[in-house]
Amino acid sequence: MFESLTEKLELALKRFRGQATITEDNIEEAMREIRRALLEADVNLNVARQFVENVKTKAIGTEVKGTLLPEQVIVKLVHSELVEIMGNKRADLVFSPHPPTVVLVAGLQGSGKTTFCAKLAKSLRKKGRQPLLVSCDVHRPAAIDQLKQLGQSAGLPVFAYDSTNPIKIATEAINYSKRFARDTVIIDTAGRLTIDEEMMKEVVEISDAVKPTETLFVVDAMIGQDAVTTAKAFHERLNLTGVILTKLDGDTRGGAALSVLSVVGKPIKYVGVGEKLDALEPFHPERIASRILGMGDILTLVEKAELEVDEKQAQKLEEKLRKNQFTFDDFLEQMRTIKKMGSIRDLLGMLPGMDKALKGVNVDEKNFSKVEAIVLSMTKSERNNPKILNGSRRKRIADGSGNTIQEVNRLLKQFEEMNKMMKNFARGNKMKLLQGLGMPKGFNR
Amino acid sequence: MGFFDKFKDKVSSAFGFDKLKDGLSKTRTSFVDKIQGVLGIGRKIDDSLINEIEDILISSDIGVSTTDQVIADIKLRVKKEGHEDSADVFNILKDELHKILLESPSANNDYDYSIDETKKPHCILIVGVNGVGKTTTIGKLAYNYRNAGKSVLIGAADTFRAAANEQLEIWAERAGVSIIQQKPGADPAAVAFDTLNSAISKNTDVVIIDTAGRLHNKGNLMAELEKINRVLKKVKDYAPNEVFLILDATTGQNAIQQAKEFMKVTNLTGIILTKLDGTAKGGVILPIANELKLPVRYIGVGEKIDDLQVFEPTAFIEALFNHE
Repeated sequence: MFESLTEKLELALKRFRGQATITEDNIEEAMREIRRALLEADVNLNVARQFVENVKTKAIGTEVKGTLLPEQVIVKLVHSELVEIMGNKRADLVFSPHPPTVVLVAGLQGSGKTTFCAKLAKSLRKKGRQPLLVSCDVHRPAAIDQLKQLGQSAGLPVFAYDSTNPIKIATEAINYSKRFARDTVIIDTAGRLTIDEEMMKEVVEISDAVKPTETLFVVDAMIGQDAVTTAKAFHERLNLTGVILTKLDGDTRGGAALSVLSVVGKPIKYVGVGEKLDALEPFHPERIASRILGMGDILTLVEKAELEVDEKQAQKLEEKLRKNQFTFDDFLEQMRTIKKMGSIRDLLGMLPGMDKALKGVNVDEKNFSKVEAIVLSMTKSERNNPKILNGSRRKRIADGSGNTIQEVNRLLKQFEEMNKMMKNFARGNKMKLLQGLGMPKGFNR
Repeated sequence: MGFFDKFKDKVSSAFGFDKLKDGLSKTRTSFVDKIQGVLGIGRKIDDSLINEIEDILISSDIGVSTTDQVIADIKLRVKKEGHEDSADVFNILKDELHKILLESPSANNDYDYSIDETKKPHCILIVGVNGVGKTTTIGKLAYNYRNAGKSVLIGAADTFRAAANEQLEIWAERAGVSIIQQKPGADPAAVAFDTLNSAISKNTDVVIIDTAGRLHNKGNLMAELEKINRVLKKVKDYAPNEVFLILDATTGQNAIQQAKEFMKVTNLTGIILTKLDGTAKGGVILPIANELKLPVRYIGVGEKIDDLQVFEPTAFIEALFNHE
């Protein structure tokens, strides 16, 4: 996420290394590079211009005090400016006091509306709400089917109504939600071009009929300079309440993330970060700014863990670790928890400096199932006491799980290493822990 | 009507020039209006003028490095050829952009949907990131081939996305061509294999294979694409004859990255630029032609089945600069 922007900004900020003060000269040079980095990241031209101007003005008036280095001062200024243009605070989804809350989802073709609708429904259900999905896309072939299948795969109710009139479908869905006590209706609409007057009229009519609590504009994070034109056009017609940024798991530079707010004045509420239905994250300007500057995003990582990890379980585990009783069963459980949190690549990327360290590294999620198969091929006593695994047991496990003995040996070795590492972790030795994970020394400076 | 008008009409209808102009009208008004606005009447050529042109090029998704290059060329020519009137800059700019497109191989696009009879079935693999319009484009492409008198078989190798099969089925029906499908979740390479073999036994002219949208930084999905490629080669060593990358015209500089990554796992032979009927400028064509020398082969200018056109650089630039 944001790798190339991070890289370029870092390069520009490096200029201040070894400099004693911030002068008009060195700031001028650096700002030109930052402007370029932003433009290459598809940040809107006016936004980039304003951004650089603001940082410059603030920097020139800032004294470099105490032990701070000019580089750190500038990084801080850039960080707070990034937070600023992304809207400062996290904007939550608003729910109507009179159910159902209606969420209308609109955007260009292929921006990822349908997938987002299913993701949102799933995430709201996790929080105890009763969502109802409905597709009003009567135009794209099989669009309604797509939402139905996505809903089914997650066990989410999808309202179906046989009609070619999207307004009728939407209003019927709301009637249904009242009768069957669904408190949130998520309405997927057809993708449309802003210059397609007929289609724009249609979505306005849907909006007029359902009076949405939230009108969300879905935009592909890879969009270029057209982001502004399109967002503006949708906002003029629909009075948006928020923006959703999708496909942020591509190596996008995320220019849209930085440009959209200043154009429509509406906050980004969620970002889509993968094809799985769990791959939806609330948007926190502060955290995203940190990610852009390569500082990681520990907070999101912790929150993800909180969602999936049971407090009591965690305590039990800690105890086991301390007493050195960590078994293969615990290992399996741990692994499954992590897997629920999202893709390993993304999780690691949230650690400070890791995104860069992992550049070009391919984390193969399939290894998970391999490891799982090996552990599941062990007997109970083997899992509790790996020491008894002699040659013939290893052979049996290898055959049973469809792996080679070498692979079983490798896992046993990793398990042993992990046990050691965990002990380090309990003692709070972070650097050793990271090296244990196979990270190069000194990657986080 | 004079001879030249008639000629123009003929050319227009043959190339679908009017429709392209139609589709590009948004691009044209914004881009050309901006340029004209900057150039004004009788304005002097100075640094501030050049800077403004630079900004406009960047806002058209032409990208920083290609913009730099174009600007440098303009400056050089202004100096060397001794231009003073700002109106001349307009022509130089047009000329430079045109040159970029002509230097990329798209200048030699063919129009008749002919295929090499010795390398039949003519196998086309369609790739791209999510949501760019792969399935829709396949429907249109199949339709165009069928209109050119070719038999077409579509392979539904997007076995991942919900309802991808159903969507493609509807497009195949609209185009009046056959389709090979398997269950959702099936191995896409197996679908590709079946499709090509089936086409051989039925003596079909053209095979078009749809693939699931994949972000280009997902290693495992890119490996899957490599496998599809490999499996096709097993059936016919020249297959796939073409690999088209579908690009959404609204995409910014990321498009270049997409092209680069897909080039690593497949032998891309061209680009199809979609959704050019929106407000998107499609400016990203220029850096792609400039930096990757990858030809744009077709453009999508609408949602109807006949809305896919052969990319024609001269017409594209003409439409971009045509001011009525």
